[in-house]
Amino acid sequence: MVSVGAAVSEPGSTRKNKTGSWRTFKPIQDSEKCIECGLCYLYCPEGCISTDYQPDYDYCKGCGICANECPVKAITMER
Amino acid sequence: MVVKVISSAEAISEAVKRARPSVIPVYPITPQTKISEKLADYVADGDLDAHYIRVESEHSAMSAAMGAAGTGVRVFTATSSQGLAYMHEPVFAAAGMRLPIVMADANRALSSPINIWNDQQDSITERDAGWIQLYAETGQEAFDTVLQAYKIAENPEISLPTMVCVDGFILTHTVDPVDLLSQEEVDTFLPKFEIVNACLDPEKPMSLGALADENYYFEARYAVEEALEKSKAVIEEVGKEFGDKFGRYYGLLEEYKSEDADIILIAMGSICGTIKDVIDEQRDMGKKIGLVRIRAYRPFPKEALREAVGDAKLGVIDKDISFSAGGAVYLDTKASVDNQTTGFIIGLGGRDVTPKDIVEIIEKTENPEKEIEWIGLKEE
Amino acid sequence: MQDINTNEYLAPGHRACSGCGATIAVRLALKALGKNTVAVSATGCLEVVTSPYPESAWEIPWMHVAFENASAVASGVEEALKAQGKEDTNVVVFGGDGGTTDIGLQSLSGAMERQQNIIYICYDNEAYMNTGIQRSSSTPFGASTTTSPAGKKSFGEDKPKKNMAMIMAAHGIPYVATACVAYPQDLMMKVEKASKIKGPAYIHVLQPCATGWGYDPSKTIELGKLAVKSYSWILYEIDHGNLNITEKPTKIPVEDYLKVQKRFRHLDDTHIEMIQEFVDQQSRELGLIEDE
Repeated sequence: MVSVGAAVSEPGSTRKNKTGSWRTFKPIQDSEKCIECGLCYLYCPEGCISTDYQPDYDYCKGCGICANECPVKAITMER
Repeated sequence: MVVKVISSAEAISEAVKRARPSVIPVYPITPQTKISEKLADYVADGDLDAHYIRVESEHSAMSAAMGAAGTGVRVFTATSSQGLAYMHEPVFAAAGMRLPIVMADANRALSSPINIWNDQQDSITERDAGWIQLYAETGQEAFDTVLQAYKIAENPEISLPTMVCVDGFILTHTVDPVDLLSQEEVDTFLPKFEIVNACLDPEKPMSLGALADENYYFEARYAVEEALEKSKAVIEEVGKEFGDKFGRYYGLLEEYKSEDADIILIAMGSICGTIKDVIDEQRDMGKKIGLVRIRAYRPFPKEALREAVGDAKLGVIDKDISFSAGGAVYLDTKASVDNQTTGFIIGLGGRDVTPKDIVEIIEKTENPEKEIEWIGLKEE
Repeated sequence: MQDINTNEYLAPGHRACSGCGATIAVRLALKALGKNTVAVSATGCLEVVTSPYPESAWEIPWMHVAFENASAVASGVEEALKAQGKEDTNVVVFGGDGGTTDIGLQSLSGAMERQQNIIYICYDNEAYMNTGIQRSSSTPFGASTTTSPAGKKSFGEDKPKKNMAMIMAAHGIPYVATACVAYPQDLMMKVEKASKIKGPAYIHVLQPCATGWGYDPSKTIELGKLAVKSYSWILYEIDHGNLNITEKPTKIPVEDYLKVQKRFRHLDDTHIEMIQEFVDQQSRELGLIEDE
């Protein structure tokens, strides 16, 4: 059954779609090096980096923006 | 009872005022403008508490109506001809999104050549959109139908936009006595707006207008088909309830002296007044002629039509043309009944239709020469 | 990080390309706007990737109707919210550059002229990316797209980019700004300002697109920074008529921005000089560099 007018009543329901399967490279964060600047959190197109700067691998597509932008190179992309 | 001698445009505006929509996005176009001007007056004088949006096009009029209906308020808009053609895209979307918008269409010819006068090509061209389309014969019916349109559109089982069609100029600009029901009377018939289905509310976020792929689109379209089919019973119920309250009964179609008729004409809108006069004359001469006036063109009242026409010969009158195929009402009638049926194209672009033309149509229905005849063409 | 709204209003799991700049723009804008917001989208990348029925990435109410009419839909939403006594609810529109500078310009102009209390955000990736990188009026001079391809007799797009922010400013609306996803604090500050102003606001956000521009997805922010540092994209706001440049980086040659993108790879020195001249001209107009 399609809902009336194909309205979607469940907000944020794309969460059911685990885009982590798209990933080739995986960001690994080194807490020792992290200066908690928040840039990786702000720049993530998926919004899947937590406020304590850990990527959610269920959704991370592995774009590598976080690693590229980290000012102290605390994030590396690994296969 | 307050009877005022007014045009259909004013009658529609008076009905809209009593339906109390919250948002009215409109764009001017002849011959609809009389409706939007009247509504602007009501808002300017404080007689109608509505947000009137002076949009920059008809495309935006329908789009803003959709935004407002999607937010969960009663809306009204009006258009005509090129304006309806211009809003074609959101007209389809409004039905798919099941938004209970009510719109008046002052029926007018489509370009080219450009022509501001009456025929029904504009709304007929939108027949596949999924809207309910109701055609009024008189100013009184236009008034009554606007009120019924809200009740039909806002029925949660239906939740479809509804178009009230009136012949441009012939109805919109000529005056007739109209019984203007009081606000109190209207309130006993049309309840305050309640949110029908989905709506935009930060407390309960929903997404409207999503992308549906081949796994869902087909069912979404079938749901529109089902709702439109269901609306047949609702149109009848609402028309009966209106009649029980106010004495004027309406349904999917009107049968005029058709019960025992050998020849039945089928038509929509104001031309039916002329047809009824001709039928009276023909009856006086002993000819068994009748009329079935289609009031609801969408949903197309197949079953009621079949019931009404018996085995009479049918002459179907269209103020529109699907080039090389015939008039739309003719084609739909042919698809619904097995009777001998002839199609007649009349009155395009405001060409006058006289009682003599109707007599010719009756004769050609009795003894058809062609499947489709254009009546009233000038001799070369 | 202290002042940033840590709620997410655009859920993950959406189908945007890896490294998408548009979703960064939307995430940041919604953080600035908060929960009490209704969003309207024009047809485009964003609409497609965020609303695959029966799912939606939107955590706030969201509506999409068609390509060219988002501003009109938002006008209806705004008036209906007012009728419901919800004057405080933000109404934000997200349109791509095609939906804004081309097909949606009329309805946008109408909404701005009527002083609708809406925030219009154009996410500009400088071509019709959703349909496969066709040229829009926001495509910059020299860019090769699928409908303005570089070839033996063509150097790609031969018209300069439409100056959309200034067209909006000419409407006399209270707030116009440019922004870029590479400058999140600046972007969020502008969106927040727009939400506090009564009347229309227009924010034009440059968002690099890995697929359409031709670069590695990890470089989306880097590209945005190069655009701003080369003054190819100048960050400013026009607040009630007052122009304020919000970022004044040390200027780098435009070539540094162009050479890292596949869409400009075919350009020769003459073209690059022409583009540098365009950029300098714009910088002069905005008072960023002195007349020579």
